[in-house]
Amino acid sequence: MDLSLSTRTEGNRTVVVVGGEIDVYTAPKLREQLIDLVSSGAYHLVVDMESVDFLDSTGLGVLVGGLKRVRAHDGSLRLVCTQERILKIFRITGLTKVFPIHATVEEAVSATD
Amino acid sequence: MPTVELRFSPLPAHVRTARLLAAVVARRAGVDESLIDEVKLAVGEACARAVGIHQAYAPGDEIVVELNDDGGAFVACVRDRGPSDADTAVEATGAAVADLPDLLDVDVLADPGESGDPGAAMPPGFGLAVIAGLVDDVEVTPADPGTVVRMTWAPSAR
Repeated sequence: MDLSLSTRTEGNRTVVVVGGEIDVYTAPKLREQLIDLVSSGAYHLVVDMESVDFLDSTGLGVLVGGLKRVRAHDGSLRLVCTQERILKIFRITGLTKVFPIHATVEEAVSATD
Repeated sequence: MPTVELRFSPLPAHVRTARLLAAVVARRAGVDESLIDEVKLAVGEACARAVGIHQAYAPGDEIVVELNDDGGAFVACVRDRGPSDADTAVEATGAAVADLPDLLDVDVLADPGESGDPGAAMPPGFGLAVIAGLVDDVEVTPADPGTVVRMTWAPSAR
């Protein structure tokens, strides 16, 4: 299974819906998407990972890279994820302290720092 | 001799093949279904690490994955042919989960100053540290040349 990506705007947030597998092969596609969004002025991102089946450390690296980019513009990057198998890798790596993780897109979109 | 051996050229696209194959052999070896995601992630991390090292040091050489289910346990070995100090291999496994925050400094990670390749956002050895965090029984040993990452899962008690 490949990676699927789509984006939509909700208020001043840009929601990136990711599906499939984020690994060493597909992560560059997600990286390009995040770079394009930040380049076009979208600094408040919500990455919806509910349809992600697999995530490895390369994928984590891309998300961290995205976080760095939006923070350079005082932006934010929030994740939506309730899947235990995906949350586990965030917990193991301590990245739950780096990313705000929400249960729904609505919750993430309405969240403020 | 391994039950199943996979050799692949160091391309990211082949990592998925390796982890799916590992999952199939692990299931056959009786690894509990609840651990299959862990097998896929750990073998995938080891192969992704090997691909990165080969692309830098040994682009013409194949990466070898050995999957064994003949000893009462499922053992996955991933062999690369890069320099054995290509990343902080041995230190990273020694570090294990407790020391991950040191390896993965949250403030450094979230520092917006770095504008380079975000793929390089993770420190060297991060993939191995993830494996060490996932798998109870993992050994990283220098080979000549390269490194062997050996991961073992016990079959489920039935």
